[in-house]
Amino acid sequence: MKKISGNKLLIKALKEEGVDTIFGYPGATTIDLGDELYRQDDIRVILPRHEQALVHEADGYARTTGKVGVCLVTSGPGATNVVTGLATANYDSVPLVCFTGQVPRHLIGNDAFQEVDIVGITRSITKYGVTVRNRDDLGRIIKEAFYIARSGRPGPVLIDLPKDVMAELGKAEYPTEVNIRGYKPNTGVHIGQLKKSIKLLHTAKKPLFLIGGGINIAWANGLFTEFARKTQVPVVTTIMGRGGIPTEDPLFVGNLGMHGAYAANKAVAESDLLFSIGTRFNDRITGKLDKFAPNAKIVHIDIDTSSISRNIQVDIPIVANAKDALEKLVEYGEPCDTKAWRDEIRGWQERQPLDMRKHHTMGPKDILDVMNKEFEKLIVVSDVGQHQMFTAQFTQLDEKKQMIMSGGLGTMGYGFPAGIGAQLGNPDTPVVIISGDGGMQMNIQEFATAVLEELPVIVCVFNNMFLGMVRQWQKLFYGKRYGMTNLRSGALYRESGSQEMPRYTPDFVKLAESYGAQGIRVEKREEIAQAFCRAKENKNTPTLIEFVIDPDEMVFPMVQPGGALDDMIVD
Amino acid sequence: MEKLRKRWLSLYVENQIGVLSKISGLFSGKSYNLDSLTVGTTEDATISRMTIATVSDDETFEQIKKQLNRQVEIIKVIDMTEMFIKMKEILYVKVKKCTAEDKTSLFQIAGTFKGRVIDYGRDSLLLEFVQTGAKNDAVIKLMKTEFHNIEVVRGGSVGIESISVMDR
Ligand SMILES: Cc1ncc(C[n+]2csc(CCOP(=O)(O)OP(=O)(O)O)c2C)c(N)n1
Repeated sequence: MKKISGNKLLIKALKEEGVDTIFGYPGATTIDLGDELYRQDDIRVILPRHEQALVHEADGYARTTGKVGVCLVTSGPGATNVVTGLATANYDSVPLVCFTGQVPRHLIGNDAFQEVDIVGITRSITKYGVTVRNRDDLGRIIKEAFYIARSGRPGPVLIDLPKDVMAELGKAEYPTEVNIRGYKPNTGVHIGQLKKSIKLLHTAKKPLFLIGGGINIAWANGLFTEFARKTQVPVVTTIMGRGGIPTEDPLFVGNLGMHGAYAANKAVAESDLLFSIGTRFNDRITGKLDKFAPNAKIVHIDIDTSSISRNIQVDIPIVANAKDALEKLVEYGEPCDTKAWRDEIRGWQERQPLDMRKHHTMGPKDILDVMNKEFEKLIVVSDVGQHQMFTAQFTQLDEKKQMIMSGGLGTMGYGFPAGIGAQLGNPDTPVVIISGDGGMQMNIQEFATAVLEELPVIVCVFNNMFLGMVRQWQKLFYGKRYGMTNLRSGALYRESGSQEMPRYTPDFVKLAESYGAQGIRVEKREEIAQAFCRAKENKNTPTLIEFVIDPDEMVFPMVQPGGALDDMIVD
Repeated sequence: MEKLRKRWLSLYVENQIGVLSKISGLFSGKSYNLDSLTVGTTEDATISRMTIATVSDDETFEQIKKQLNRQVEIIKVIDMTEMFIKMKEILYVKVKKCTAEDKTSLFQIAGTFKGRVIDYGRDSLLLEFVQTGAKNDAVIKLMKTEFHNIEVVRGGSVGIESISVMDR
């Protein structure tokens, strides 16, 4: 029988899993794997400049291609650097397989150089994690890892690889089948429950679809749109579910939640049937729980049983993949008479449309409006903060446009690397990254990766010179005491009026240029379109556009923290 | 919300490193009460069985079961709260600095509560009780009021479904 090393088997496994790109950063415990990768041509290897960014890149790649994102890092600090990335992927159900190097087995437990118990550290933020303790188990474990990552509710899986196990010779076969007795993800749909839910839908007076990220994860947008149009039931989405139906469709009311559209939150409060798919009723969308959808019966379709009846009590629970459920629902659904209800919603939309005050120079919405016009096909990736909420509110999405962001964990520093991953997976689709000046500096080193990989990503930095989202809370609820949020001054700077504020550091335009990227600064509305045009002409290098924004720009509406969903501050 | 009460779960889990940590970590991470947890191997060397007691309300208990079920290493979750089961816990009580009188009453306590005196010293006795957790609670309470110098070790309940006897 032919025997090969564990390292060789891993490369073989990646090929058999159809992996074409991996994100890796080397170190002592994975140097042999690096060597194997050097000696092959089938798998593209990307070298990010920080392991946190590495995981976000694999994550962005996975979310925009539907494939499993693959990471490879060394033990110790390499492994601890992936924690934030894995948690981010876990809370947004992104399929990743992350290989970490580990010290040889005989050193495990000795506090050896660069030894950490990464499986233990990540136990609560991965779907599954395991150390490979026998060379014989390696193939099976890799096979299982890919299966677990992509099936059921997808998520990150961590495989820890002791260096000696990987060097050991063993079986050359990579298994073709998986059988995990403790893991049997739901594959069917309970037809009886579906029919009950449809009956409720057909008899409700004010039915409303509430769509979460599950629709996008299952790539079921098209099916859902068909279902909504057939039944004529209006739609609200979470920010992760945005794009479940084209945002310009008259049935789309808006996002709900903390910074949801007034009409969307109002509709939830008034609805008598919330037909929800692929959401976990996170606190950011429900507001005060006992005031959430007080008049509504609730149907909840989700792949994860533990998401059902967890935060809110559900009347009809249905455990299923959104796509499987929708295939049936499209068949059973019939037109509902929702005219009066839709008119009522339209009344709210007209009374309190989602908009921003017109700014004398340039506001966030001006930028997003131009972006919407400039691109027919687009992947929008946002970082975390005020700019993310603007992006979630104003980005238009349809079949040709996709939006991703860190929803569950709200990880600053996610946007830029995730956009790089998205561009690597989608070389023919323009990728626009929207970031704040704070979050941009959390993974700015990835300019090196983007430049060397010749990625034409367009990075829009909304520079308001502050950690805007926190500042917004300080302005509204903390007497305008801007502690630790002013990025031009010291952390506890107190305004005295006479003092000059230092210049903003860094100079984003020069910084981009120093990496070999293009840098553009925009201060006026009239310059926005031209900046995007120049960026689009840049086919082989990234472009950073710094938009200088008024720090007093606020995200409205805003549900009062701890308040009911329809208790909104509108301006 | 239904009131808090005690509930029992029996789990079949992979007999692997880290599984116990994963389960106890789930309870602590999500702030679930973990009253007792016992684990041991079974007739199949690759499978361990755990008995877990938790005090929780209906909703939390539903979540606990769902969360356990979605762990890859957990093969099966059985809710034993309403089932006919056999369940016992082992309890050791060592009583120190006993007088002759104390010893006599300890033998009586052992007799009354179906315990046994299993070790004997000049001024100390060791008692063993194998009974339900609730009865052991009562024994400990009694011993604490009667004797000042005691040492208690208990194992946590282990349970199994009954075959024909329909009591707990
Ligand atoms: C890693 C991380 N640290 C801290 C936070 C808390 N936080 C949320 S939004 C925000 C401010 C973001 O500022 P910036 O990137 O400038 O974007 P803006 O809100 O100004 O648009 C902070 C600090 C976070 N979400 N993630």
